[in-house]
Amino acid sequence: MKLINKKSLGNKALAIAFFLPFFVLFTLFVLAPVVQSVFYSFTNYDLLKRNDFVGFNNYKQLFLNDEIFLLALKNTMVFACIAGPVSYILSFVMAWILNDMKGRTIFALAFYAPSITSGTAMAVIWTYFFSSDSYGLINNFLMNLGLISSPILWNQSVDLIMPVCIFIQIWMSMGTGFLVFMAGLQNANQELYEAGAIDGIKGRFAELFYITLPQMKPQLLFGAINTIAGSFGVFDVISSFAGFPSPNYAGHTLVAHVYDYAFVRYEMGYASAVSVILFLITFLFGKAVMFLLSSKDE
Amino acid sequence: MRVRQGFHIHLGKLSIRVSVSRILVYLLVILLVCFTSLPLIYVVSTAFKPLDELLRIPPIFFVRKPTMDNFRDLLFATSSSSVPFLRYVVNSIFVSVATVLATIIISSIAAYSLVKLELPFKNAIFNLIVATLMFPATLMTIPNYMVINNLGLMDSYLALILPKIAGAFGFFFVKQFCDQLPDAFLEAARLDGANEWQVFTKIVFPFMKPACSTLVVFTFVASWNDAFSPLVYITQDAMRTLPVTLQSIGTAGTLARAGAMAAGTFISVVPTVLIYTLMQRRVIETMAYSGIK
Repeated sequence: MKLINKKSLGNKALAIAFFLPFFVLFTLFVLAPVVQSVFYSFTNYDLLKRNDFVGFNNYKQLFLNDEIFLLALKNTMVFACIAGPVSYILSFVMAWILNDMKGRTIFALAFYAPSITSGTAMAVIWTYFFSSDSYGLINNFLMNLGLISSPILWNQSVDLIMPVCIFIQIWMSMGTGFLVFMAGLQNANQELYEAGAIDGIKGRFAELFYITLPQMKPQLLFGAINTIAGSFGVFDVISSFAGFPSPNYAGHTLVAHVYDYAFVRYEMGYASAVSVILFLITFLFGKAVMFLLSSKDE
Repeated sequence: MRVRQGFHIHLGKLSIRVSVSRILVYLLVILLVCFTSLPLIYVVSTAFKPLDELLRIPPIFFVRKPTMDNFRDLLFATSSSSVPFLRYVVNSIFVSVATVLATIIISSIAAYSLVKLELPFKNAIFNLIVATLMFPATLMTIPNYMVINNLGLMDSYLALILPKIAGAFGFFFVKQFCDQLPDAFLEAARLDGANEWQVFTKIVFPFMKPACSTLVVFTFVASWNDAFSPLVYITQDAMRTLPVTLQSIGTAGTLARAGAMAAGTFISVVPTVLIYTLMQRRVIETMAYSGIK
């Protein structure tokens, strides 16, 4: 009995030793800032003088007096609920198709290219496509066909900013999920396919639903959480396409609101409250996905 | 045998059966891939454009009269300052490689501990880590700056490396693959007298090769393309990395710098493509199970 206790104590110490380097850095650079922000969301901290506890005032202000916040909330929901699922499904389908295709290394590189060249090069490309003058690729094309007589103002028209940004985001964000799923498909146990064939599971789709997908639950979950976090946290794509703030706040999202209050107005307390709301919404969706894809119910 | 609709192509004596659905899938994939590879093609093509093609309105996509002038301009534009261009490249390489190595080792060993060893409060810790993934990173900038400043790490490589190592993204990613490792492999190794460190290096790490190779790509691309952290943590010219240098070439404003900028962008894309190709080949061609079966 004593021996077992000693051994399990040793095992615990070893486990902690293995985990410690990660945990120290994680606490210092990720966890502490998050906890600090949650704390600030109950204050009127402005980076300079004010730092008083104000209770739930920031939250009340957000929902009762801040119409731009409500607009940002709506935009973020619309954006995430379209861009998220489309990008998730497309990246899985591509990984699944490419996984047993000839020349997949080259195809995979081409598919992952937007993620590699992120930033300036991507901005140049979508400007090239969606430029609001008659030289923009799409405008030029439509005008040559005679479908429109004057160029469409892609990045200024209040109705078009969101749809175009959703399109660009999907285009940009498929790479990460794609690589995750590729790695997951490679980790799948090949023996199960032979066993499945004996049990009468034949055909690509039957194999996909009965053997591949159940095996890939860990990767499917990771991809889903990452897509949710990414699509609810969207800001860069919209701000570089439609400017910041976007015309009539048509492309204003929650992270844009955070950025506005934290780095333009220096109202850290208020910005933190917006972050906490965004966090709660994202977390709710994340939990739902975890419930659906939990790897424990095998 | 699977039965598919298809037709035969006769080339002399050679007869190939091609299924219609397969051709359709290939066509669709090629179409989509052409579209997604546009940015990469544009970067390559633009680097070799002469100045008049670079500045033309409307802009042109493909280079017409390729030239190497832009690369000369890049060296000229950057050699006038006291720091040679190569220094920025070396800075970028060192920071990215160090970040990648530290992330892989620290995340995978921590994930192994959480999944397979007797780490206390497993579930609480895991939930905490995943939860931080959903918090906007924008707000972490200022607290991180304060930590780096208080540790006296401003203007050091560590300032660009440390904050990135222990991210929720990398940990969660490796942890998901660790979940798939059957306990039987570990037990067998332990019965053979392996200690936990040997179990990790001989069984766990090889099993997670596809995961780690993929994480190398994610981490390298993110670190290499990061144009923001150096703006926050670096004030000395000699410590700057490639993306920041490119930005300053771009904002220096003169139209003549457009060529240097295009060449610089091309140079900055090459290592990411190399790392991707190298790692992806490993992911695709090494079956994790084949080693342990």
